[in-house]
Amino acid sequence: MNASILHHLDALPSAKNITRVVTANGITVLIRQNFNSPTLSIKGYVMSGSIFDPDDKLGLSYLTASGLMTGTTQRDFQSIYNEIESIGASMGFSSGTLTTSFSAHCLSEDLASILQLMADSLRNPVFPKKEFNRQKNQMLTALKIRSQDTSEMAALLFDEIIYAGHPYQRPDEGYEETIQAIKREDLAEFYQSHYGPRGMVIVIVGAVDPTAAVDAIKQALGDWENPHQAFMPEIPPATALLETIRKNHSIPGKSQVDLVMGGLAPDRYSPDYQTLRVGNNILGEFGMMGRIGQRVREESGLAYYAYSSLSISLGPGAWELIAGVNPKNLEQCIDLMTDEVRKFVSEPVTEDELADSKSYFLGRMPLLLESNSGVAISLLNIEHFNLGLDYFLHYPELVQAVTAEEILQASRKYLDPDRLAIAVSGP
Amino acid sequence: MTTSTYFYTLDNGLTVHLKEIYTAPIISTWVWYHVGSRNEYPGITGISHWVEHMQFKGTDKFPAGALDREISRVGGLWNAMTYLDWTTYYDTLPAHLFEIGLASEADRMVNSLFDPKEVDLERNVVISEREGNENQPLFLLGEAIQAEAFTHHPYRHEVIGLMEDLQTITRDDLFNHYRQYYQPGNTVLAIAGDFEIKTMMDKIDFYYGSLPKGKSNSYQTNPEPWSEAEKQVTVSGPDPTSYVQIAYHAPKASDPDFFLLSVLDSVLTGPSSLNMFGSGSTSNKTSRLYRALVEGEISVSCVGSLQATLDPYLYSIYLTVHPEHTPEDVLQAVDQELDRVLNTPISQAEIDRAIKQARALFAYSSENITNQAFWLGYTEMFASYDWFEHYVDHLCQVTPEQLLAAARKYLAPQNRVVGFYLPEESQQ
Repeated sequence: MNASILHHLDALPSAKNITRVVTANGITVLIRQNFNSPTLSIKGYVMSGSIFDPDDKLGLSYLTASGLMTGTTQRDFQSIYNEIESIGASMGFSSGTLTTSFSAHCLSEDLASILQLMADSLRNPVFPKKEFNRQKNQMLTALKIRSQDTSEMAALLFDEIIYAGHPYQRPDEGYEETIQAIKREDLAEFYQSHYGPRGMVIVIVGAVDPTAAVDAIKQALGDWENPHQAFMPEIPPATALLETIRKNHSIPGKSQVDLVMGGLAPDRYSPDYQTLRVGNNILGEFGMMGRIGQRVREESGLAYYAYSSLSISLGPGAWELIAGVNPKNLEQCIDLMTDEVRKFVSEPVTEDELADSKSYFLGRMPLLLESNSGVAISLLNIEHFNLGLDYFLHYPELVQAVTAEEILQASRKYLDPDRLAIAVSGP
Repeated sequence: MTTSTYFYTLDNGLTVHLKEIYTAPIISTWVWYHVGSRNEYPGITGISHWVEHMQFKGTDKFPAGALDREISRVGGLWNAMTYLDWTTYYDTLPAHLFEIGLASEADRMVNSLFDPKEVDLERNVVISEREGNENQPLFLLGEAIQAEAFTHHPYRHEVIGLMEDLQTITRDDLFNHYRQYYQPGNTVLAIAGDFEIKTMMDKIDFYYGSLPKGKSNSYQTNPEPWSEAEKQVTVSGPDPTSYVQIAYHAPKASDPDFFLLSVLDSVLTGPSSLNMFGSGSTSNKTSRLYRALVEGEISVSCVGSLQATLDPYLYSIYLTVHPEHTPEDVLQAVDQELDRVLNTPISQAEIDRAIKQARALFAYSSENITNQAFWLGYTEMFASYDWFEHYVDHLCQVTPEQLLAAARKYLAPQNRVVGFYLPEESQQ
């Protein structure tokens, strides 16, 4: 096209242009420089999550993560946010099931301030009583709001069905009664026994010199130790359903019903991973939401959104078909989606569908890797799932290798039209 | 970063904004039409948004679904949005494949079919979209507030439209609306990315140069008169949580006062991200209202929203009421804080902070090509690109005295609508 081609030759993140360092105390640091804009995206995680929550205090990890920035031995709540907001930056911590992630966005001139704040929040939180009470009340209100949200309640119900008896059945945010049971001291204890540098990953992408960035991280976190940091428990497998199970959650007064149906999916290390990604794309993602969107929205006009989604991480994943419909169209929508599942596990996808979908994944790559935050997320995944720094160089081969027959065989392992989880929430 | 911009107009009236950016091998193309819910009247509310849906339903050249396939199979990102003043269609594609976007947008500017069968199917889809919105308490409250705030200006309706209109709008209504507003003279084509301006101009001329000029179409609205007294509106629903929305009539984006209200917004509720496409923001925990309301445990959240619009719209403050308080307590606490702004000048330090925040937010929004192309066209819908380029300069000229005057003008109680969303059982 023009001279810019030369700039793009090294555009893909790879071992050649990613700096990766593991500090003496176990923190993996990944830096990718990009001077196209004067900004930085900082992302990472520590190995703490709701998997460690006791059943009667579910939500403890969630509250602990959001309490990190409510006060430290060095700064009170207002000082922390004054430093962040006065430079137009953002920074936050959030607990998931297996990790607690953090994310910051700032002008590159403010890297040192943000790293100091991040280290202070991670290393010296004091969970002030006043802020804890406020935070707890905010959480209780958020849960009340969740209880009226049809899509969230349907998603929760779906997890209860497919992960029955499994730790993933539990929502990270907990329930009203489990949040009520949590005391400030619980946060401090949870922090002491679960936060530490072992397994921590931090990624910085943007206008920064990699050596200077690594030095800054070492200075902020290099001497952090926690001999009490717990080890991640083994994640048990989940059991597939033996029959279709349907659960309804009524929320009177709403206009629309939300529907989530589907089954389990494998973990990220499964040889079926790439196959299922392509398969799901054809089923309910490609273009205007794939086959599901075509059938439910385009041909039947039943829903504004109707699509499928594959959640794959560590431990058992989920394969969901999702739609929001008028209550009078619910049964028809379930029938149509079940029918699409039946077709999907009966015959291989067409060669055209397969070629389109592969082409989609390859063409989308430069778009996903265009922004600093997009690259940062990709590098986190590379590290989290141990994919190797040259993953993107091999990625086209992985996509191209998928066949229609493999999609059929892999999908049959996870989606069965006669053994579906069906969760419905609405009026 | 090397960038070069070029703006020009074709003979048929199409405004073109181009920006070369060589940071990634992609090109983002946005077509902006000066049509939105502002161009609607009772009986056809929601029609602009519905026309946007129909633009995905095919032309002779690209039948329904064909374009979707063409763009998706090269990994392209594409979508459309309709708002108060505008409707926009965008695609971001690998640079060597971008032409499909350029060709298809020219095609559907004039050749969309509006097949009656597709119109009927899409009626249900749009109604379903509205029903999804109705599940959200803040949609119901916002809709009631707009209707109260504007007695005759079209901003009184939500973009999605009223249910009764969605049930009765006809295929011909839709087609006529399309024909009226989808023409080169009513359109801005904004393209940013990995291309050379001269080559791009030739391609634009090829696809768009021969499109008919069409009739001139500047839609005039009468300004909403200033309200003389505070208005109140209450809606109720099944949600057990109460919400408060306080909406002040705000200046239009091209009014110099807009920059003053922008600083007041930063001080009161933290800076609004003016980028409707989302590109990064900062939290608002040190803003005055957050400190008074959320830290004071009267509300559990507090968010402000100032939007850049062609005509004067609303500056809204949204508060989720703390379970141990009432909406009236929230309003009283907001008023106490507003009294400070109405009576005491804001310090230069607070202004400087708002300027730094704006500088950071604008830097974030130029992080990717899609966002840069967005800004290239978006600002033309309510002002000009110059507005974007000099936004921070305008903030730098703001003085404490000007802010005091603006606060007294825009944040006075008679200039607002106060809305409460209450759980059904608490209704008298």
